[in-house]
Amino acid sequence: MAHEVSTQERTASTRTVELVVSGLFVALSGVIMYDNWRIGARWVEDGPQAGYFPFYIGLIMFVVSASTFAINLFANSADRSNFVERSQLKQVLQVLAPTIVFVALIAFLGIYVSAAIFIACFMWWLGGYGLTRILPVAILVPLFLFVMFEIWFLVPLPKGPIEGALGF
Amino acid sequence: MGTGLAKAPEDILDALVSLIHGFGVLADPMNIFYMFVGIFLGVLIGVLPGLGGANGVAILLPLTFSMSPTSAIIMLSSIYWGALFGGAITSVLFNIPGEPWSVATTFDGYPMAQKGRAGEALTAAFTGSFLGAFVATLLLTFLAPLIARFALQFGPAEFFSVYLLTFCSFVGMGKESPLKVIAAMMLGFALAAVGIDTVTGQLRMTFGTTELLRGFDFLVAVIGLFGVGEILLTMEEGLAFKGKSAKINVGVVFQTWKELPRYWVTAIRSAVVGCWMGITPGGATPASFMSYGLAKRFSRNGQRFGTGETEGVFAPETAAHAAGTSALLPMLTLGIPGSPTAAVLLGGLLIWGLQPGPLLFVEQKDFVWGLIASIYLGNIAGLLVVLTTVPLFASILRIPFSIIAPIILVICAVGAYTVHNAFTDIIFMLMFGVVGYLFKKLSYPLAPLVLALVLGDMAESSFRQAMLLSQGNVSIFWSNPLVGTIVTLALLMLFWPLLSRLVGAARARWRSGAVPAA
Repeated sequence: MAHEVSTQERTASTRTVELVVSGLFVALSGVIMYDNWRIGARWVEDGPQAGYFPFYIGLIMFVVSASTFAINLFANSADRSNFVERSQLKQVLQVLAPTIVFVALIAFLGIYVSAAIFIACFMWWLGGYGLTRILPVAILVPLFLFVMFEIWFLVPLPKGPIEGALGF
Repeated sequence: MGTGLAKAPEDILDALVSLIHGFGVLADPMNIFYMFVGIFLGVLIGVLPGLGGANGVAILLPLTFSMSPTSAIIMLSSIYWGALFGGAITSVLFNIPGEPWSVATTFDGYPMAQKGRAGEALTAAFTGSFLGAFVATLLLTFLAPLIARFALQFGPAEFFSVYLLTFCSFVGMGKESPLKVIAAMMLGFALAAVGIDTVTGQLRMTFGTTELLRGFDFLVAVIGLFGVGEILLTMEEGLAFKGKSAKINVGVVFQTWKELPRYWVTAIRSAVVGCWMGITPGGATPASFMSYGLAKRFSRNGQRFGTGETEGVFAPETAAHAAGTSALLPMLTLGIPGSPTAAVLLGGLLIWGLQPGPLLFVEQKDFVWGLIASIYLGNIAGLLVVLTTVPLFASILRIPFSIIAPIILVICAVGAYTVHNAFTDIIFMLMFGVVGYLFKKLSYPLAPLVLALVLGDMAESSFRQAMLLSQGNVSIFWSNPLVGTIVTLALLMLFWPLLSRLVGAARARWRSGAVPAA
């Protein structure tokens, strides 16, 4: 992981990402502390108020993450090697982006149809398969899930207009 | 406490009788069916990336809502076994650890496969797993009732102290930077606190949204962190999966079994290491590494470790399975899971309305002993299943990743949805997935996050109950020797990294001071 990487493959240094993540932690801890102070984080006669525990959780998070932030900002030992290679990141995003679209589609088309589209597009785009290979998988997997969940286990999953039109 | 130990012989007899009764619960053919289904699913899950033990159990948990708790836990624990066994298959054949605790298995397992000895490696791995789990289950059978009886005397302060010890041990014994361990843990606690406060009924950190009223469910977090996150991480290496083929025939199995008794010392040592690490929140992963390291040091063939030594596969697998099984001991007796998967099982018990802890042994004897009996049988059944079906599972892995990956992601989405029938949970799953990817790359540990998410509410409520009892006086935590010891131990663990660094620096300075300056 610490091997030298060609300049085209560099995305960001690990140090930068560490700063971002610990910075986000610090921001989050600020939000936590604020919201819990608002509902009351003091110790009253019979014990702690509702916000007591989470407030101090936020405080500890703040101290710890601010330290990580400071270490990465100032110390020489901060890891300046590449966080992820460009080609690796590309491959990760090639999975993440379609998945995000898939989840968004669920809200409109229900999970079965979205799954079929997702699997089909994934196989076509990233696997380079032809329709003869894609169609059986993209249809059978959601169909199997449908039988297993709607009919066998009786656990309802989000459905869209198509299933509605079919009477489910 | 004195009366607890004096009754030990009576407890042991009691345990045996209950165990036999537990086997009777299993006589229901449906339960045996669930066991085999569970094992099969478990191995499948263990073999596929992104669907590891904790994640797989989390996804399949909602499916069991319609079953009786006994059948459900039998199936889920069989899935757990299957996943434990399955992780070894990918380690040996593909040099890809199916589970974090199978990493050490790849050190000698894959070289063995490369030399054409995959069948031996797999047999050694499975047999080691079986032995480790068996020893741990014996421990479970006889120790659990003792601990449960002991823990019946626990009050809220004692429970909180044990939680404190658990979390501080992560800091003390973890490999990662303590700052990051604590940060991850605090994140888990914060997420656990979102929603309705059970004591006062107030809304915490919901920011006016109805979606956050429910809070964050640990199942969704587990599926996202361990499932989606894992797939994203695997994608860095691209879509290719090439592995060695393996055939296990009866001849190879018996041949390897003839060889294994030579390593009986390794077996005992690994089982002990595993049981110890499983009970403390060390877990199966450190156990496997530790036992590999010890075996390498103490074995006659130590130098050949890494080139394909059977013992190098036998040791880590025995330890990992002993740890994975003994993690159930604190989970059942004290309600403290020793691993993320045990945490998921704990969550499952809570969902079914069972309260893990000492009362479980008193009020739900059928359930507990049915579970323990199923562990014995599941172990044997698991061994048989894996020995016979390795080629099948290996060939599944040869299905190209561009087909398997979307299917796994769809399954994860389904799993996330079925927890609360909420679409937002699928979105949370995605977010947790990205978090899981980043955390793994930056060495933020996930286990404390999950444990904090599962135990956060209980830890907080036991703290508040203790405070109510003591009227706001913190000294209740040192009110008796037991609590005091545990709390002190916890604080020691917490500051251990700092202490050891100070000691190390002092020692270095002393040493360099003793050497005359050049």
